Amino acid sequence: MALQMFVTFSPWNCLLLLVALECSEASSDLNESANSTAQYAPNAWFAAASSEPDERISVFELDYDYVQIPYEVTLWILLASLAKIGFHLYRRLPGLMPESCLLILVGALVGAIIFGTDHKSPPVMDSSIYFLYLLPPIVLEGGYFMPTRPFFENIGSILWWAVLGALINALGIGLSLYFICQVKAFGLGDVNLLQNLLFGSLISAVDPVAVLAVFEEARVNEQLYMIIFGEALLNDGITVVLYNMLIAFTKMHKFEDIEPVDILAGCARFIIVGLGGISFGIVFGFISAFITRFTQNISAIEPLIVFMFSYLSYLAAETLYLSGILAITACAVTMKKYVEENVSQTSYTTIKYFMKMLSSVSETLIFIFMGVSTVGKNHEWNWAFICFTLAFCQIWRAISVFALFYISNQFRTLPFSIKDQCIIFYSGVRGAGSFSLAFLLPLSLFPRKKMFVTATLVVIYFTAFIQGITIGPLVRYLDVKKTNKKESINEELHIRLMDHLKAGIEDVCGHWSHYQVRDKFKKFDHKYLRKILIRKNLPKSSIVSLYKKLEMKQAIEMVETGILSSTAFSIPHQAQRIQGIKRLSPEDVESIRDILTSNMYQVRQRTLSYNKYNLKPQTSEKQAKEILIRRQNTLRESMRKGHSLPWGKPAGTKNIRYLSFPYGNPQSAGRDTRAAEFSEDDSSDPGSPSIMFSALSLIGSLQKQEAQEIIPMKSLHRGRKAFNSGYQRNTRQEEYLGGVRRVALRPKPLFHAVDEEGESGGESEGKASLVEVQSRWTTDRGHGRDHNRSHSPLLQKK
Amino acid sequence: MGSRSSHAAIPDADSIRRETGFSQASLLRLHHRFRALDRNKKGYLSRMDLQQIGALAVNPLGDRIIESFFPDGSQQVDFPGFVRVLAHFRPVEDEDTETQDPKKPEPLNSRRNKLHYAFQLYDLDRDGKISRHEMLQVSRKREQEM
Repeated sequence: MALQMFVTFSPWNCLLLLVALECSEASSDLNESANSTAQYAPNAWFAAASSEPDERISVFELDYDYVQIPYEVTLWILLASLAKIGFHLYRRLPGLMPESCLLILVGALVGAIIFGTDHKSPPVMDSSIYFLYLLPPIVLEGGYFMPTRPFFENIGSILWWAVLGALINALGIGLSLYFICQVKAFGLGDVNLLQNLLFGSLISAVDPVAVLAVFEEARVNEQLYMIIFGEALLNDGITVVLYNMLIAFTKMHKFEDIEPVDILAGCARFIIVGLGGISFGIVFGFISAFITRFTQNISAIEPLIVFMFSYLSYLAAETLYLSGILAITACAVTMKKYVEENVSQTSYTTIKYFMKMLSSVSETLIFIFMGVSTVGKNHEWNWAFICFTLAFCQIWRAISVFALFYISNQFRTLPFSIKDQCIIFYSGVRGAGSFSLAFLLPLSLFPRKKMFVTATLVVIYFTAFIQGITIGPLVRYLDVKKTNKKESINEELHIRLMDHLKAGIEDVCGHWSHYQVRDKFKKFDHKYLRKILIRKNLPKSSIVSLYKKLEMKQAIEMVETGILSSTAFSIPHQAQRIQGIKRLSPEDVESIRDILTSNMYQVRQRTLSYNKYNLKPQTSEKQAKEILIRRQNTLRESMRKGHSLPWGKPAGTKNIRYLSFPYGNPQSAGRDTRAAEFSEDDSSDPGSPSIMFSALSLIGSLQKQEAQEIIPMKSLHRGRKAFNSGYQRNTRQEEYLGGVRRVALRPKPLFHAVDEEGESGGESEGKASLVEVQSRWTTDRGHGRDHNRSHSPLLQKK
Repeated sequence: MGSRSSHAAIPDADSIRRETGFSQASLLRLHHRFRALDRNKKGYLSRMDLQQIGALAVNPLGDRIIESFFPDGSQQVDFPGFVRVLAHFRPVEDEDTETQDPKKPEPLNSRRNKLHYAFQLYDLDRDGKISRHEMLQVSRKREQEM
């Protein structure tokens, strides 16, 4: 109900905006016609009857020219944003067509209005504005949010496909069109080879914005996503290089003057441009990471540093005619790892969201401008050229996909199936990139520029709409292997069992890193780079601070009420009552299924879905938080449930033993201060920076001969290698359990910190890797409780 | 790939390869991993070494997986044993089944052996049967997750 109301509201809103726009345009027309001489003299709109407006102070004035450009640009952006909101609210629509289609439509609408009212649109798009202001944010966002690990794992295939694919496409389309142009019947004789090649290069550019928008709805697996994304990102750079090269060739006028030397020089230039751009990006990335090391007191400028350095890398590369796109991408990728550890939490969020916002604005403007120029007079329609362009785009893409992947499949461990290749072929959605390049063709060199622009627009519309709309169903159709029948609960449980098993074995194998180069890079990274680029004494990470908050809260509760009260995780209890052989009614089955899906621990998955507009936290961090909260929860519950410990000893006996001790806050505060102490002690240790940790006991482990305590924490400093010899703390599990009184924790915790990262080289990845800390019970489990008490608190350095 | 690295030669590499079907590159990588896990350079892995794999510890099945590496109640697993367990997880090669010599033992990654491995996960006391109690334990694990 409310939904529909809102949907109707936003078209009303759009209408209002359009009306406002029209009014302003009409008024500006009026302005221009009435006030041809005095440019800045305010026009007396509702002036009182006065024959000489210049001498009276007018009550109400209007000056539209002053604000025209920013006003209209802002209106466009707002309009597009409102359209996006409406688009997402009306649930069926995102499943039908990708968002870029919507933007194009809105743009066309605005264009129609502008055309209809004969209004001179503000010049948002010319060469410098596009390349300097509109393109960098989009590329920056793409590079920053690129998942680096899958990218680098597939880097060979991606490079092979992106570079060669772009070249084959560009040259193929250009040459075929040239041959078409030779046919006299089409009237295209004056388009020479160079122009055709140039057109081929710009039309073969797959647009990352459009591609990603298309794939939002069609979920594909990680490998495929990486290939498509990588291609879109890289071939921007390649296309622009080709474009510039060919423009330079065209300026040399005569075709005969071009010698093989020039072509070789072109190829060499190509390589230099690419590598130069990347190295610029890396250098700037390191500089900015280094600078963020020192910004802890002025965290407000951290986002500024990130953005300015990225932009600077782009500009610096462009100065030397190197590829700015590759530079900014490399800068983002390099910077991300270190900056994310250095900056404060709020800066981190700011950077992410601001980046998304900027790229959203740019993308909107580009699409709208594309729509605006659709409706206009500067078109030239040539049936032959356009149809053949369309045909050749598809044909050449198909050829390049199947040929190149056939070759690269020989070298891959996970080859791409034919279905994958079909999807890749179908994902060749052109977008605003091609349009911009076409629009910016210099008219002097290209007398038939309008034809090119028209053809480009047609291709873009075709691919964006038709391919965009049908790719979702296509992917679903191709993936038809997945059976849709509902599994029974039994099956579900066992499937999860198998998932856990697979994840566990993967961890045993350490399966993510199987490249020596990568291991070596990680070691180099730990030894040198992190020491330089990451600041010491990092403030608490989110996980540790979350944990501390929970602990504080728990301690305060304990003091206040004497018993722990559980938080709102009471739903799982229902599931626990399901035992025995009684048959479950379908409603029960459904509710069980819902409970299971909403509550179960998320197994690490290989197939990820990327969403452009919602920032999902990194999976491992999310997993860590989830584990943390769940352990806390089981802890509280088992305490609350009357301490029904799986190993059968009634914990009630525990309580009695410790009643004599005083209880209260000091313990929890004490533990925290102890944590602080340890960190300081640690920092006195030369070369090993401090770690913050807290002990968290694990209840849920069954059937272990020795209880283990897992302490999830964020690895703040991974520069230390073997931390085996570190501090030992022993948290008494039962005491924590049985301890209604916090006092039970008075023996100092003893555990064994292990830095998994350093040791096994790439075990757990990602910026929020868990350093698992385990404690060892040194006493025999079966009768252990009593001895434990006699364990003196240990604080040893081995 | 891996032959340039400064590994010690893997003892019995050929027999392990025949038995498990791993390629030379995979075997080298697994050996590298084995040595990385074996912190004190003992030449074998104990339970403790495996328990120190972080992500395994939060895995609800972690302890059972570790148990499965130690058949027959032994306390150590050497490299061939390590590889033998992991060989269960190689993809099944269906084309071999027709041409297989019936006298040769089945490859470790055959479906039957995979099933056998999965059976072991349930069958905690290794008596070859899954009792009702063991099944309940598995279901309880789901509870514990929640």
